[in-house]
Amino acid sequence: MAETHSLQDMRQQAAVAAKVFIQRDYTNGTVCQFQTKFPSELETRIDKQQFEETVRTLNNLYAEAEKLGSQSYIEGCLACLTAYTVFLCMETHYEKVLKKIAKYIQEQNDKIYTPRGLLLTDPIERGLRVVEVTIFEDRSLTR
Amino acid sequence: MSAVMITRKVRKWEKLPGKNTFCCDGRVMMARQKGVFYLTLFLIVGTCSLFFAFECPYLAVHLSPAIPVFAVLLFLFVMAMLLRTSFSDPGVLPRALQEEATFIEMEIEAANGNVPAGQRPPPRIRNVQINNQIVKLKYCYTCKIFRPPRASHCSICDNCVDRFDHHCPWVGNCVGKRNYRYFYLFTMSLSLLTIYIFTFNIVHVVMRSVDKGFLNTLKETPGTVLEVLVCFFTLWSVVGLTGFHTYLISLNQTTNEDIKGSWSGKNRVQNPYSHKNIVKNCCEVLCGPTYPSVLDRRGLMHEDSVCSCSICYMHHHHHHFEQLQQQQQQQPSATNHETHSSTHPQ
Repeated sequence: MAETHSLQDMRQQAAVAAKVFIQRDYTNGTVCQFQTKFPSELETRIDKQQFEETVRTLNNLYAEAEKLGSQSYIEGCLACLTAYTVFLCMETHYEKVLKKIAKYIQEQNDKIYTPRGLLLTDPIERGLRVVEVTIFEDRSLTR
Repeated sequence: MSAVMITRKVRKWEKLPGKNTFCCDGRVMMARQKGVFYLTLFLIVGTCSLFFAFECPYLAVHLSPAIPVFAVLLFLFVMAMLLRTSFSDPGVLPRALQEEATFIEMEIEAANGNVPAGQRPPPRIRNVQINNQIVKLKYCYTCKIFRPPRASHCSICDNCVDRFDHHCPWVGNCVGKRNYRYFYLFTMSLSLLTIYIFTFNIVHVVMRSVDKGFLNTLKETPGTVLEVLVCFFTLWSVVGLTGFHTYLISLNQTTNEDIKGSWSGKNRVQNPYSHKNIVKNCCEVLCGPTYPSVLDRRGLMHEDSVCSCSICYMHHHHHHFEQLQQQQQQQPSATNHETHSSTHPQ
């Protein structure tokens, strides 16, 4: 049974071995979607299903943020009528979903990725271009 | 030895590459050359002031007080849209950090294979298929990224902008994904305002001339002549521009694509982003989601004297771990996460 590593423990012995960048998937246009293809560098660290599940959930969340539906139209029209001053007191739908995404990534990191010596970076910190996966050196696990 | 260095709070906008000017501690973002923008402001505010000073008192009394009220509302809307277009982030894409740039370079080299010495390497292009159409993504040498579809690099601001439309000197900023709808509403409301002022100038001159004669009218309200001149020349350009952008929106195209003839129909290329439905295209561009800025302008930067990359975005996790490692070596007690921002181990 592998030891459970606390975040602190792992960080103390951590050195970055490599970084993998999950690129955007443009087959459906300019909506924010990431490729679900499993990168070969992660084969030894994490289960393919697990990883694809994470990326798929992220894609669904971004699709929800950019959805063109009645809610976005109402928000757009209301904002226009008030000369967009309504956003001084209200959060946009996209920002609300971005908060959800940040929470989801934090949760995934804590539960799944950090114990395996990996770290997901929120794509918003990289301009929504890539999902950066940091791979830490495996020193502690080979005791 | 760890020295305590009190670093002043540096916000990320101070270290952003690109030729933008920032105001209000990063809240306002504009291009460097602002001369024409001041001219736009002067023309709009000046003409409206003349209208309120000369025409409105007469028209409010002789026609209806609703006229100046509506003019005020329209003027406020125009100013709000102009300032929103000028001061907001058009959709700038942040440049790739060192590791991402290296990763992409390695991918490019792997894709190109071995190039014999002396031969020019093939251009860096990535092909993606969007809605059954092959779109070529170009590599940006300045930003070190493959530009997303519809993004373009603005040479004036030295940034890659998402859904780049054009750089507008009149608003002093690029027009891109995030501020296109404000730009469109600005041109449209400005057209309405110009037509409104022009019409009521004519009405005013006619009404007064009936009473006092044409030349006397002009002597009493000299501002009218100036306003009519400004409105006449503005009308042609602004109304034309509004019409042009209405056409672009209905086809879901950008000015950049239109100029380059990307979807002009030769070689059977069609616009893969268009919904083939005018209403849907308009709804997407004007009532679509409000995209957030991916440039974190007001975030705090963590000063790192040994940082290898010149653009020190928040390498929060990597830097954080190094700090904790070093602090752990010096003090075996549990470290407090809050202290690392003010102490700088050396």
